[in-house]
Amino acid sequence: MSDPMRIRAQAQGNGAVVRVLMSHEMETGQRKDADGKVIPAWHITEVTAALNGKTVMTAQWGTAIAKNPFTQFTVKGAKAGDKITVSWVDNRGDKRTDEATVA
Amino acid sequence: MQTRREMLACSAAVAAALIAAGVLPAQAQSAWNKAAFDAKAVEDVLKALGAAKPVESNDVTLTAPDIAENGAVVPISAASALPDVKRLVFLIEKNPTTLAGSFELTDAVETNVATRVKMAQTSNVYAVAMLGDGRTLYAKKEVKVTLGGCGG
Repeated sequence: MSDPMRIRAQAQGNGAVVRVLMSHEMETGQRKDADGKVIPAWHITEVTAALNGKTVMTAQWGTAIAKNPFTQFTVKGAKAGDKITVSWVDNRGDKRTDEATVA
Repeated sequence: MQTRREMLACSAAVAAALIAAGVLPAQAQSAWNKAAFDAKAVEDVLKALGAAKPVESNDVTLTAPDIAENGAVVPISAASALPDVKRLVFLIEKNPTTLAGSFELTDAVETNVATRVKMAQTSNVYAVAMLGDGRTLYAKKEVKVTLGGCGG
């Protein structure tokens, strides 16, 4: 199991700006180790964001997303106290879900 | 002692059984569009995503640095004021994997997504918006990379 995500959801105008920082190696599969062997790709493939349990956005990611991925999006109609849940799955089938409250 | 081949066959069978039993989310695994991520040319990626012929448009805004000193972390964002954008896609023309990420939006989120990508070398970056009415619009920008973010 990987480290928890850092999620910040700030109420702003009619919605909430959500910033997510995930902890993941995001290995591209292009690099080689000291012995010249290719390090296999290891990256997040899918991300799902939900507001109070209802999915509002999904994303598919490739290897080109930077290490320890950051993403930001704005959820309409979210107000203080609402729950934002973000989960990801990587290409090894590992997964993680974290939750934050809109402030 | 099992050979590697038997072992692989065995684990595949176990995985299939787990999917059948609903333990592993088969749908979540298969939703990842491998064809699109494997495609090299910008047009091929968009075709694999089922996009219409892309048209350059001022209605899509791509924010990216002019010069990225470190190709391993390049902040980019895309936004559009148009209604009914179903999907925002980031493409990096000269990366080993052209498609960086694809964000499927719903009515509940604004058409404004930011992330950070890796860039192997100086290249055009595309932000592509796929609309509900079938149109595909894009904005592009060249980002100069001083130090590549892939390989080493």
